[in-house]
Amino acid sequence: MTDVLRLENVSIEYTNRKGTMRIVDDVSFHIAPGEALGLVGESGCGKSTLALAAMRYLPRGMRVSKGRILFDGADLATLDDAALRRIRGNRVAMVYQDPMSSLNPVITIGRQLVEVPLLHGETDARKAHERAVRMLHEVRLPDPERMMTRYPHELSGGQQQRVVIAMALMAEPALLIMDEPTTGLDVTIEAAILDLVRELRRRFGTAILFISHNLGTVARICDKIGVLYAGRLVETGPIRSVFGTPAHPYTNGLLAALPRIEAGRTAAPLRPIAGTLQAADRARTGCAFAPRCSFAVPALCEAAPVPLVPADGAGQLARCARLDVVAAAVRGERHAAHGARLAGDEADAPVLLSVRDLSKRYPVGGGLSGGVKGEVRALTDVTLEARARRTLAIVGESGSGKSTLAKVLSGLTEASAGEARLGDFDLGATGIDKRPQDLKRRIQMVFQNPDSTLNPSHTVEHAVMRPLRLLRGLSRSAAKAEAARLLEKVRLPAEMLRRMPHQLSGGQRQRVALARAFAGDPQLVLADEPVSALDVSVQAAIVNLLADLQAASGIALVLISHDLALVRHMADTVAVMYLGRIVEYGPADAVFAPPWHPYTAALLAAVPRPDPDAPEPSIILAGSMPSPLEEMKGCPFASRCPRRIDGLCDTTPPPVRTPAAGHDIACHLDLDTLPATL
Amino acid sequence: MARFWAKQLANMAITLFAVSFLVFVLNELSPGDVVRKIIGPYATQDQVERVTQQMGLDRPVLVRYFEWMGNALRGDFGQSLIYKRPVAEVLWDRLGNTLLLAGVCFAIIVPFSVFLGVLAGMRERSWIDRSVSVFSSVCASIPEFAMGVFLLAIFVVGLGWLPGASPLRSGDGWPIWTQLVLPAMVVVLYDSGYLIAMIRTSMVEVMRQPFIRTAVLKGMDFKSVVLRHALRNALIAPFTVILLQINYLVAGLVVVEMVFAYPGFGRMMLEAALAKDIAVIEAGTLVAVFVTMMTQIVGDLGYRALDPRIRL
Ligand code: SF4
Ligand code: SF4
Repeated sequence: MTDVLRLENVSIEYTNRKGTMRIVDDVSFHIAPGEALGLVGESGCGKSTLALAAMRYLPRGMRVSKGRILFDGADLATLDDAALRRIRGNRVAMVYQDPMSSLNPVITIGRQLVEVPLLHGETDARKAHERAVRMLHEVRLPDPERMMTRYPHELSGGQQQRVVIAMALMAEPALLIMDEPTTGLDVTIEAAILDLVRELRRRFGTAILFISHNLGTVARICDKIGVLYAGRLVETGPIRSVFGTPAHPYTNGLLAALPRIEAGRTAAPLRPIAGTLQAADRARTGCAFAPRCSFAVPALCEAAPVPLVPADGAGQLARCARLDVVAAAVRGERHAAHGARLAGDEADAPVLLSVRDLSKRYPVGGGLSGGVKGEVRALTDVTLEARARRTLAIVGESGSGKSTLAKVLSGLTEASAGEARLGDFDLGATGIDKRPQDLKRRIQMVFQNPDSTLNPSHTVEHAVMRPLRLLRGLSRSAAKAEAARLLEKVRLPAEMLRRMPHQLSGGQRQRVALARAFAGDPQLVLADEPVSALDVSVQAAIVNLLADLQAASGIALVLISHDLALVRHMADTVAVMYLGRIVEYGPADAVFAPPWHPYTAALLAAVPRPDPDAPEPSIILAGSMPSPLEEMKGCPFASRCPRRIDGLCDTTPPPVRTPAAGHDIACHLDLDTLPATL
Repeated sequence: MARFWAKQLANMAITLFAVSFLVFVLNELSPGDVVRKIIGPYATQDQVERVTQQMGLDRPVLVRYFEWMGNALRGDFGQSLIYKRPVAEVLWDRLGNTLLLAGVCFAIIVPFSVFLGVLAGMRERSWIDRSVSVFSSVCASIPEFAMGVFLLAIFVVGLGWLPGASPLRSGDGWPIWTQLVLPAMVVVLYDSGYLIAMIRTSMVEVMRQPFIRTAVLKGMDFKSVVLRHALRNALIAPFTVILLQINYLVAGLVVVEMVFAYPGFGRMMLEAALAKDIAVIEAGTLVAVFVTMMTQIVGDLGYRALDPRIRL
């Protein structure tokens, strides 16, 4: 049987006024009917460009400069517009990242779906309508008939992505291209979408080209994988071989850099990949990964193009000139015991921040005519503690209240009730304007996007010196010296001081943000998704740096994150939030071990593990978080809980169960009936 | 919906009231003596006082204002000083003329600019886009006055195809419609230049949206993508601006009306203001405010019809 999609030595170039750049270099792969291939790689590796090339829809300025792309055996480059239109949407369809913007905001879901069959031969509008309704049902959307009449903005993100998937499947295509289909969705929604894709694949036998930066999601969907680096395919093969015995140093590095949810707080530090991808690396004749590779030998790696050669696993190929050396080294490393980090005892960890019954409510007005319509209960009775030298992680999906909590602590908004004590201050009642300089110094923030705190028109030196002068009152020269020292602490070379923020990579900018945060010698650092905007290989380095800085300065770290694997790696204490409340709280080892709160169990089950043999999650949450406007009588999780006790959970607030001292679970289920398996 | 209308009507009543009062008071405060203007600079002080008394101008502002409003509510807008006719008559006359010109212009401007704007914006930086952009920026940057003179030079002086003035009387041998051509041409070119640029920008923005890619990758041809997916989205942002043109066309054509001696609403307002003809100014202002507020309401409704994300 011919392959559905076949790429033969494809190179793609981008030309603009400044010159020509190779985005994709000599990539070959093929997808047989019903097969699923995952393409992974970090930003700039060319994976999305390849997806668009497979649709022959390259952005302006890009062109396939070499090689062929065959669809169903026909060379895409030779097809005229009409032939192309017959393929698009019909034989090959695409699912995109960010479903909201992929749907037309002013046209009903129904009309957008019905268009597909009407474009591809269906003449009977009623049949097209029926087909659309059936498809909405297939993607498990509630009340498909009504869904047809709704507009995209009326749906949640997860529902929108289901609509996009339904639209892609309308014509039962032979190939489905999914470009980061779950990026930006909450982990429980992601799990549900991935589950749906697996299910649909079984039912329709559609071949899939699945593009992602997340190794875990690829492991859940694909049979084969291709790893891209700087536009080149560096490793490819059956998914089990590549995940089991990664051959290329980059693949190895990616897998070693990932925090694992199975590992504990005392596990070895992550192993980051040195450096970052530079634009010039694309133009290298030899191995593009050489500048970052610890195995690089110029004579072997950089002199001539490195071909893809067979590696250990069946059907596994890797583009590396020193596969044998790398394999031996990796085998050796696996056996070597890592120096485990030690968790200290409580004695050296005094309570620094103590939050008691903190609540935050926002009145919501009823539009221009005025009048209070209701209240958003953003936080309800939150109680927790952060200790010096320890990391408290706050986890939960968007809307869980974790960001509101960060806002209250950092003074951007004031609490409505309860208190958050730091020394003599009640942070909940002290907005940023009321905070004395010294208190500001003691609490620092690190954000997901460092750009929000870095002024683009000032040098790094200026950015780091500012808090030193402002918060620590240093003289100009003292601040200058201190800034240099701080930069060293965050492992940036001294010449970075004179750079502008836009001249730095994302990881470097986050390092500058860390230098700034630690400049005032703080006691408490709030890190709000500090690495989620960074590439995996860079994430690990920042995570390690944060841990080192914490060890050296003894700060209490409050980590706000949706990434449970990261939390598992970093946290000593974990608070799981849902709808503004803490549903489970305790030492990380206890929270990550059974018994779990039903919501914690669902979150843990949803985490995509970078392991193709990981069991399919047995708990898939339906629906989405209810609106915080609703008055909540019983358990906040009742509307989605698979273990709900009807007549009790939705009417009576759950009691707090205590499996061990300091570990709280708010649930009606008895301790021995709480979920214990995922 | 009922609430929406109740709110809009209340809004309008309050605004009309406030504006009429403001105009009345401002007019009172501005320099210049009405009576002097009427009976001439050589009248004696005695005569001035007598006329002032006759016209009731010696009474307090508030009294006169409420008296005027009482009459206005009954549909009596008083007597115009400069035109020596009832205000209502002058007003409807001039308004009719203006609406004729404005209607013709609006009916041309909107389809013309939407067509060119969409055509230019659908393929950014294509040759169509470049030509349309040049055309629109040239049109928008020539002042109405200059454009009027320029067109007069070509069509009246040079070719002799059209009349040089548009008094809307058929006495001089030019049928009425020929008198509309030049003023309309000036307004259309000037105003479209601006609108085309707006619509083009919006269209370019929409064509970059991911949902356009979705439509193309469904297998839809380019024309359908533009008509079915892009057009409506591209009109959302410029929609209010398009409607604002109605205000401009009704009350803002002073320059064109002066250049072509067109007996329109804008010119009437100018003349009345110069003569401190309060009755005409008041009535005209109310009409202008009314038109503005109506277009705003129509704008609101249309906006909602275009964009389902906006709720009533
Ligand atoms: S070819 Fe050389 S530089 Fe490239 S990955 Fe292999 S060992 Fe490293
Ligand atoms: S209290 Fe009820 S609804 Fe809430 S988590 Fe427990 S079982 Fe589920």
